[in-house]
Amino acid sequence: MSILVNKNTRVLVQGITGREGAFHTEQMIKAGTQVVAGMTPGKGGQTAQGIPVYDTVKEAANHHHIDASIIFVPAPGAADAALEAAHAGIPLVVLITEGIPTMDMVKAVAEIKAMGNVRLIGGNCPGLITPGECKLGIMPANVFKRGRVGLISRSGTVTYETAKALSDAGYGISTCIGIGGDPIIGTTFKDLLPMFNDDPETEAVVVCGEIGGSDEEDAAEYIKAHMKKPVVGFIGGRSAPKGKKMGHAGAIIMGNVGTPESKLAAFAAAGVPVADTIDEIVELVRAKLG
Amino acid sequence: MNLHEYQAKEILAKYGIPVPPGKIAYTADEAKQIATEFGDMVVIKAQVHTGGRGKAGGVKLAKTPEEAREKASQILGLNIKGFITKKVLVAKAVDIAKEYYAGLILDRVTQRVVLMLSKEGGVDIEEVAAARPYAIIKHPIDPHKGLRPFEARALVKRAGLEGNLNKLAQILVQLYQAYEGIDASTAEINPLVITTGGDVVAADAKIVLDDNALYRHPELSRLREAEAEHPLEVEASNYGFAYVKLDGNVGIIGNGAGLVMYTLDLVQRVGGKAANFLDIGGGAKADVVYNALKVVLKDPDVKGVFINIFGGITRADEVAKGVIRAMDEGILTKPVAMRVAGTAEEEAKTLLEGRPIYMYPTSVDAAKAVVAMTGGQG
Repeated sequence: MSILVNKNTRVLVQGITGREGAFHTEQMIKAGTQVVAGMTPGKGGQTAQGIPVYDTVKEAANHHHIDASIIFVPAPGAADAALEAAHAGIPLVVLITEGIPTMDMVKAVAEIKAMGNVRLIGGNCPGLITPGECKLGIMPANVFKRGRVGLISRSGTVTYETAKALSDAGYGISTCIGIGGDPIIGTTFKDLLPMFNDDPETEAVVVCGEIGGSDEEDAAEYIKAHMKKPVVGFIGGRSAPKGKKMGHAGAIIMGNVGTPESKLAAFAAAGVPVADTIDEIVELVRAKLG
Repeated sequence: MNLHEYQAKEILAKYGIPVPPGKIAYTADEAKQIATEFGDMVVIKAQVHTGGRGKAGGVKLAKTPEEAREKASQILGLNIKGFITKKVLVAKAVDIAKEYYAGLILDRVTQRVVLMLSKEGGVDIEEVAAARPYAIIKHPIDPHKGLRPFEARALVKRAGLEGNLNKLAQILVQLYQAYEGIDASTAEINPLVITTGGDVVAADAKIVLDDNALYRHPELSRLREAEAEHPLEVEASNYGFAYVKLDGNVGIIGNGAGLVMYTLDLVQRVGGKAANFLDIGGGAKADVVYNALKVVLKDPDVKGVFINIFGGITRADEVAKGVIRAMDEGILTKPVAMRVAGTAEEEAKTLLEGRPIYMYPTSVDAAKAVVAMTGGQG
């Protein structure tokens, strides 16, 4: 088992003819992903990486059974692309694009959440992977080995390092989700924790948070009340000064919101040990799982 | 991107919100001239991209044109939290009966723009929020409906604002229209003044624009002032790097915002302090790394550099090639500690063999080494 994606997940790539879309489609196929269709408006009828390309998501969905879509559309059209996928009835939409205007995301996330039957992941995220079965993202698949730890992260490279460390240590990853570094994202920690809670393959969960916002605090609340499995935390940006945006648009401390102190206190209250380094994440997992 | 008060007020005026008449002066004589024109008491306000101007002596009243000249000459050139005042807003003073607060911010919890309204304006709203959170009412706005007049009127009543109900509500509606229209991330009127004559005016305003949406507003992106940012931040942004100048002495280069933040944290944990945040992004080639080193080593505070790379789509050997080019061109004037892992790690190590670069197997080891090289706390 795993969560969200597995070997049966059939994937549509939006923006498949662009540079990023083409490159990552090839990488995803290499990692075992079943890419069944692509779409780029105006390029319908062509093929890309051997995959048929359609003008609209709806047309692609008429010709193929599609379980998930991944979006590589440039920022000005990215939120619209997510809405197109949602309205075509694709249940899982992964928005990789970074630099999307915030108001576009506020509107798209509100609309998609109101629909109730579509899960949006991202934007500005590396996507998700169930190692050996399906990579719906841009992460280097070779550092992920299949195993028993669920991993959720707001960052890209920290996720890869953590996955590699857990894989090298023999624990491996059940499913890994990079939820994205923007202030407005489709899915947060607390949306994913219940899925890992119910996944028999996942024995422990690692939550890699960072400064800014209060998603880690919300996650801690869920963990305290409901989580049946051990959780290990990590907080990036603990040395960042207030009011400065650290690369990720969402990684900014505003007033008293988003501080590392608040996140550490919330994790402590939920009994979640927090690692100071990535190597320590492995140590803390070892302490829980043996 | 931050706007100056006068730029924010120009935008609010365009959306129909009353603001006191005002003009910009670059010299004391210009300030005097503007005051003469207004023929009334004026307020002279430093236009710098930082808060706390009043406390720093950057806001002064002047009763006569001559006094305006005098006060302007005191404010021009004033250093406010590291920002030198180059221009002042000379605005007609308003007779204040009441000072309120109205602001729009992006709220991550509700994932909406939230209107905040308070009777306690004219002071730092964060202080009000900390001391008396009940004194601020908050209303998340439906992004597909916007803020409607009937909602705005109810909010004015709920916040207990006194004054012309319709005018106050209209200003809130217009503030949201402005916020959405220009793709702001913050838009605040503080204070929103009720004058002794019963008028409602935005006596001060703060607008921060959403950088991601600037491409939709070329007229606003032209307002970016290179001098308001650190010169290295400007240079780095020309190369397309996310760069933030910090106050330590260890230069940091990494790939991915999360990894760079983690690297900063590690340096601090082992007793050092980062001089900058620099993310070369994903899939960087040798020239990108070379340019990153150029920017970081231009900073006179930097005593050593820590390059932390996790090769995924970025290839570690490309990073090594960038470092070698910088070395060959004599740019590497400070010691470099490096840690590379992942894609093409072995190729990178082979390329760098015999070169005076300190390679470490883990991020923690490299952090300790670079802090030792730079002599601890910067």
